[in-house]
Amino acid sequence: MPSLHALANPARFLKLARPLTPVLFWAGVVLIAIGTWAGLMQTPPDYLQGETVRILYIHVPTAWLGMAGWSGIAVSSLTFLVWRHPLAMIAARAIALPGAMFAALCLITGSIWGRPTWGTWWEWDGRLTSMLLLFFVYLGFMALTRADAERGGDGRIPAIYGVAGSVLLPIIRYSVVWWNTLHQGESIGITKSTIAGSMLWPLPFTLLGFTLFFAGIVLMRMRAILATSKAEARMRRMAA
Amino acid sequence: MNPWPFVIAAYCVTFLAAAGLALWSWLEMRRAERK
Repeated sequence: MPSLHALANPARFLKLARPLTPVLFWAGVVLIAIGTWAGLMQTPPDYLQGETVRILYIHVPTAWLGMAGWSGIAVSSLTFLVWRHPLAMIAARAIALPGAMFAALCLITGSIWGRPTWGTWWEWDGRLTSMLLLFFVYLGFMALTRADAERGGDGRIPAIYGVAGSVLLPIIRYSVVWWNTLHQGESIGITKSTIAGSMLWPLPFTLLGFTLFFAGIVLMRMRAILATSKAEARMRRMAA
Repeated sequence: MNPWPFVIAAYCVTFLAAAGLALWSWLEMRRAERK
């Protein structure tokens, strides 16, 4: 098993990333397909929410990836600040777009779920507002990394922003505890859940499926960034 | 209120966005690695 430091070498990383990209991506797609089929066809409707509860099987993975994406950016940014591994900042840049997209999908699917359940598309409560803030923080990170790259920066400012932005994660996580919100409290935990097993079982399929899919996308984007910087370095050498 | 249009809309939005992101990322990777 290669160490984290060994993987920081772009050549070694690419040797591992090339075969891993399609494996992660397609394994994710298969698991999502199984979870979706089961979530839409095999589980019973909720006694209170009826059929709308089926949005759970995509809403929870999008919320998880919106937050896990920023955790990835924060860890990568910290790794870059401490050890100066350029690959860490490439990882942070690669995570930003899929992370922002899943945060947006969490807000959209939540809003679609909210209309028939709460009677409203949107409510400025703790959970919804903090998630919306996370989406804007993602947009800020993307703008900052682009501006930093264009100005020939060393990546330190986006990395500091990446670490600082992680302050939002516990706020989102505990928003349903700290404030009286329209959003339901925690119903799914690692060890116990308030949702019946007959309804919950497809969720691990979509959760793991979307996570593998996300990892496959991040590897694709890291490979694109690495190949582009390699091509740019070659053109600079030719011009010199 | 019929719940199915809401369920179908949520799944469609998610899958269309995920498919679009996957296609874009794959094309970008292929283009960059061919340079």
